[in-house]
Amino acid sequence: MTIQRRTMLKGLAAAGVAGAAAPFEMAAPALAQGAPFKIGLMTVKTGPLAQGGIQMEQGLLTFLKEKNNTLAGRKVELVVADTGGNPAGAKTKAQELVEREKVNVILGPLAAFELLAITDYILQTKTPLVAVAAAEDVTQRKANPYIIRPTTTSAQCCHVMADYALKELKFRRAATISEDFAFGHEQMGGFQRVFEEGGGKVVKKLWPPLVTPDYTPFIAQIGNVDVVFSGFAGSNPVKFMRAYADLGLHGKTPLMGGWTFLDDALLKSLGDEALGVLSGATYSATYESESNKRFVAAMQKDYSSLPGGYASGMYIGGMCVESALALAGDKSSDGTAFAEVLHKIKMEDTPRGPFTIDHLGNAVGAVFVRRCERKDGQLVNTVIKTYPNVSQFWTYPEDEFLKSPVYTRDFPVSKNLEN
Amino acid sequence: MKRRLPSMTAALVVVAAMATLPLWLANTYYINVASQILFWAIFALGLNVLVGYAGLTSLGHAALFAMSGYTAAIVVTAGGAHLLGAVAAIAMTVATAAVFAVLALRATGIGFLMITLALGQIVWGIAYRWAALTNGDNGINFKTRPQPFGIDLTSAPAFYYAVLLVFLTAVMTMAVFVRSPLGAAVRGTRDQPRRMTALGYNVWLVRFAAFLLSGFWTAVAGLLFLYYNQFISPQVAALQTSAEALLMVISGGTATILGPIAGAAIVVVMKTVVSAYVERWNMVLGIIFVLIISFMPDGLVPGISRLVRSMWPQRRSNVTGERAAKAASEARP
Repeated sequence: MTIQRRTMLKGLAAAGVAGAAAPFEMAAPALAQGAPFKIGLMTVKTGPLAQGGIQMEQGLLTFLKEKNNTLAGRKVELVVADTGGNPAGAKTKAQELVEREKVNVILGPLAAFELLAITDYILQTKTPLVAVAAAEDVTQRKANPYIIRPTTTSAQCCHVMADYALKELKFRRAATISEDFAFGHEQMGGFQRVFEEGGGKVVKKLWPPLVTPDYTPFIAQIGNVDVVFSGFAGSNPVKFMRAYADLGLHGKTPLMGGWTFLDDALLKSLGDEALGVLSGATYSATYESESNKRFVAAMQKDYSSLPGGYASGMYIGGMCVESALALAGDKSSDGTAFAEVLHKIKMEDTPRGPFTIDHLGNAVGAVFVRRCERKDGQLVNTVIKTYPNVSQFWTYPEDEFLKSPVYTRDFPVSKNLEN
Repeated sequence: MKRRLPSMTAALVVVAAMATLPLWLANTYYINVASQILFWAIFALGLNVLVGYAGLTSLGHAALFAMSGYTAAIVVTAGGAHLLGAVAAIAMTVATAAVFAVLALRATGIGFLMITLALGQIVWGIAYRWAALTNGDNGINFKTRPQPFGIDLTSAPAFYYAVLLVFLTAVMTMAVFVRSPLGAAVRGTRDQPRRMTALGYNVWLVRFAAFLLSGFWTAVAGLLFLYYNQFISPQVAALQTSAEALLMVISGGTATILGPIAGAAIVVVMKTVVSAYVERWNMVLGIIFVLIISFMPDGLVPGISRLVRSMWPQRRSNVTGERAAKAASEARP
């Protein structure tokens, strides 16, 4: 017994020494000539956000594998950093990527608060960043010339869904339900604004905490409405839809949501309770484009999973870097020049279709309204309507949109709430 | 006196090494890691006053840490000067600590832990929900670091030196505190509260003073955290931050000065540096804690010093043994 313990200890000690020694093996300084273009990926691989974070990494790895680690004729090198899903961690990891690894561009991070924690640092260090986090103000009231977002703001898809609910489905009374945090507030705010300005009424707004073990008490408050609009993210939609079906509301009161509410990556965890649910997203795994077919096939082959918004966001982020590399040429290593070029890219064949970047850095492209259906035994999100060229400002003039405050729990002001 | 000489030399060497750190750590990233270790260490030292010396385990210190950062961020964002922000932050935090103390010192042990936990959650809730003041979970961006006496703290080495200065002050304050009558009284209330009462001490007041001192250094650490990250959001006030600081104190060794510093170093290095190489760094950190608790239950620093001491007399007895043998051989002509 004693011997066993000692040997175990020795093994652990050796592992400890190896672990401690590793950080000090510094990477050789990159030389300017012929040096690979370095991409830093900020993602989350530990903690509650890890599911989306791992998909981000898979999406980017799929792209780089397809391109054989060469973009626009230049070798690229990938450095992956795990932020742990908190702002201080994001800041530290951004420093690691910029100061130690000297990356040329950062992709990520996942969560809005992580992105907000590093925007000033990105500006200070002149590091171009291709974001996936949806925080509205990063491309609006606090736009940053070093950041582009080829995916969507929080509300971009929700504006569309409100329009669809009003005009196509003729819904007039809606309840909203989403997690009580900024991403939820911004999504529901966007829906409410377009829905109420178009003649609808949001009669109930429910905000369960981020971690809610049982949604039953919230669902019980929904009452008599035409539609329930939801903005849940992570694995919460799965829990919510099950509870919704268990309470007999599935099929009775239609359910709609933003892109995270029925992300394609969630489909494998869902069953009949998701059938007929509508969601608005800038990506669909069923989208018919050459690059998307390649992407979906590769993801299913290598990771046996259907890509959703996070994976496609990073695949498309990689494509943006490739386009910018081709445009910037020799100037790619200059952060400011590269960031400028990133704003000018015009993407044609991508997994989300063609899109451009507006002058504040956000994508202008198609938003898909998708219905969850069962095909050959598998759940899929079928695109039922495409809204082309949707900007983050929806149909509002930019300056008017930017004058109003960012969407919060209390903005737009609710005038139609019923008890 | 002579036996203190080696430890004095060691301390000097360590201080010299820390003072020249930006010279031999060329990469700014590592200088930034060092800065982080130092302000977390100040936080852990502050918490240690309660946990170690007063024997009162608080799980609400992240609230004080965040209170300080938020106050400074709000004051400065509203147009206040950095100095005003810092003074307000520390005053506000010490006042909050006083309120915490009045409420929590009705109990000790688990009761104290639960009350501080609840108070901490209240502050977290305010940071999260009072969006008009705190900007909710989008947090507050803190545009520039302060410039004390016109010195720009933007660069990593400059900021490091500023933190180092504060850190050394904190360590010296702790050393003075431990030797002071107040320090002795605080330890007395931990070990023998009834006897202390019998001796005429106001146990409640002694603990209250310890809470305020702890709150003060937590406030200082919170300020440095804000200056370093230039961003604050409700996560800082969350239970996890309290738990992490508590782990630093316990793993390093409670009621020692070096312990919380060592604990802070372990946690920060794991979180920042090792996490870049080991995906499951959480597990490595867990294993390290389990090892520390299994083999050095009173913490890393007391454990190591016990180890050294257990080897020290051996060597001395060897020396005396040799001398005796030598003397014996000389005495045998």
